[in-house]
Amino acid sequence: MSDNLLNLQGVHTHIGQYHILHGVDLAIPRGQLTMLLGRNGAGKTTTLRTIMGLWQASQGSITFDGRDITKLPTPDIAQAGIAYVPENMAIFADLTVRENLILAARNGDLDPARLKWIFGLFPALEKFWSLAAGVLSGGQKQMLAIARAIVEPRDLLLIDEPTKGLAPAIIMNMVQAFKELKSTGATILLVEQNFLAAKLLGDHVAVMDDGRVVHRGAMAELAEDAALQQKLLGLSMDAHQ
Amino acid sequence: MSTATETSATVTLPKVRIDYLPVLLVPILMLLALPLVGSFSTWVTLTVAALAMGMMIFLMASGLTLVFGLMDVLNFGHGVFISFGAYVSLIALGPLAGWVESTNLWLNVGALLACILVAMLVTGALGYAFERVVIRPVYGQHLKQILITMGGMIVAEQMIHVIWGASPIPLRLPEGLRGAIVIGDAAMEKYRVIAVVLGLLVFGAMHLVLNRTKIGLLIRAGVENPEMVEALGYKIRRLFVGVFIVGSALAGLGGVLWAFYRQTLTAGMGMEVNVLIFIVIIIGGLGSVGGCFIGAILVALVANYTGFLAPKLALGSSILLMVVILLWRPQGLYPVAKR
Repeated sequence: MSDNLLNLQGVHTHIGQYHILHGVDLAIPRGQLTMLLGRNGAGKTTTLRTIMGLWQASQGSITFDGRDITKLPTPDIAQAGIAYVPENMAIFADLTVRENLILAARNGDLDPARLKWIFGLFPALEKFWSLAAGVLSGGQKQMLAIARAIVEPRDLLLIDEPTKGLAPAIIMNMVQAFKELKSTGATILLVEQNFLAAKLLGDHVAVMDDGRVVHRGAMAELAEDAALQQKLLGLSMDAHQ
Repeated sequence: MSTATETSATVTLPKVRIDYLPVLLVPILMLLALPLVGSFSTWVTLTVAALAMGMMIFLMASGLTLVFGLMDVLNFGHGVFISFGAYVSLIALGPLAGWVESTNLWLNVGALLACILVAMLVTGALGYAFERVVIRPVYGQHLKQILITMGGMIVAEQMIHVIWGASPIPLRLPEGLRGAIVIGDAAMEKYRVIAVVLGLLVFGAMHLVLNRTKIGLLIRAGVENPEMVEALGYKIRRLFVGVFIVGSALAGLGGVLWAFYRQTLTAGMGMEVNVLIFIVIIIGGLGSVGGCFIGAILVALVANYTGFLAPKLALGSSILLMVVILLWRPQGLYPVAKR
């Protein structure tokens, strides 16, 4: 068994006439949390959507657990064990919290023990169990979107900017939740703009620019190298202290 | 275990806003019409007739609103399933002539149900073929959808002419369903009462399926965000086909009821009612079955009351109602949260 659960090799993606990904090479180690960083428009969201088959790779290969999933339709990729939390959360606003989770439980009924664990991570979901998801706050919607991805065990979680637009207190709660999720041995690929959150969570990091991965390494190394951050991300650490 | 979110001290329970206002429009409209109509018995007759008409419109429109909401398909050929449903009932009526002419009410109802069953089976199958041949090549292309579904409807109409002839065909109501029930001075046609009951039964069944089953959840979720439904591992294309078949079968059911109501079959009967159906689903909110139900009743009530009070306005009453509703709620009575 390979150490890497997911491998992208030379992946190109076109959206209409636009060439977005220019040969992405990326390896996601099992049981680790890999941060995918980069400026706006670097191709992070496109990478996640291409892995999920929502946009087809025009070139290159994507292998998941040794299986080529490059040309698989999205439902088959999801059934292979990949869960996806999109940037806009995409919760079903007209459905209740309970109904959102029932839909995500593809293999049958909700598992009470797992539900209890999820309520431990996100107590608000238990409180708002029977309410339409559309009335939840932004942070609660994000919790629901993540809960939907973990309501059944999945091999890989793809999560796109979970802290976007959230208040700092909620972001720290979210970081705690991801730490807990990490401790279960989950493999996670997390797109994040918030460098502080990335520093606290990431085991590995890949930095994208202009549709390519331009840096790979340990998150701790990047977190300690201000010059590299400035070079790769245009970050001034003063702004993040 | 760490607490990863707002604590109970900081969390406030969101208020669920249940929107009763569109539902209240129905009794409000009825009550407003009472003094204008003047006679209570006339008002009862008009109202029951409108409810029956509303149910038939709902049955014909409910499939289309789901098809549009879930599949984002503008099916201008929906009327063809109404016409076909109506004509196909002739197939069942042939061998059941004895039941139709019998004075036994149960045999009469049995004949009507047999017509409905045959019509739903045939229009469901026709819907499957229509989706594969006509709709599938034009997913996501609205202009082409309008053109090709209109074209499909014209072809189907001509097929009806070829199979059953171009002349209108009279259709007799089963013996026991003719005439009216008279309560006091108010007369209610028996058939219209049956149409109301059938409409309510179908609405109840649809409500149960959409709210109490996983397939219903998938349809509601698919109306909101089909891409996310796929990302959860469900093959939405299969759902599309299923919904299209059910939508076509419901139109067939509506077509049978509409045909017995008119007591005449014409190949263009589906196309004639197409505009009304689109008005209803726009008023209700595209994709909303509940909105379609309320919209159909409102359209029928307004048409009947206006027809009685100001006949010259009756023709445009549905469009006027749509304008007023859209000025109040531009997305319709019950807008569906969209992607």
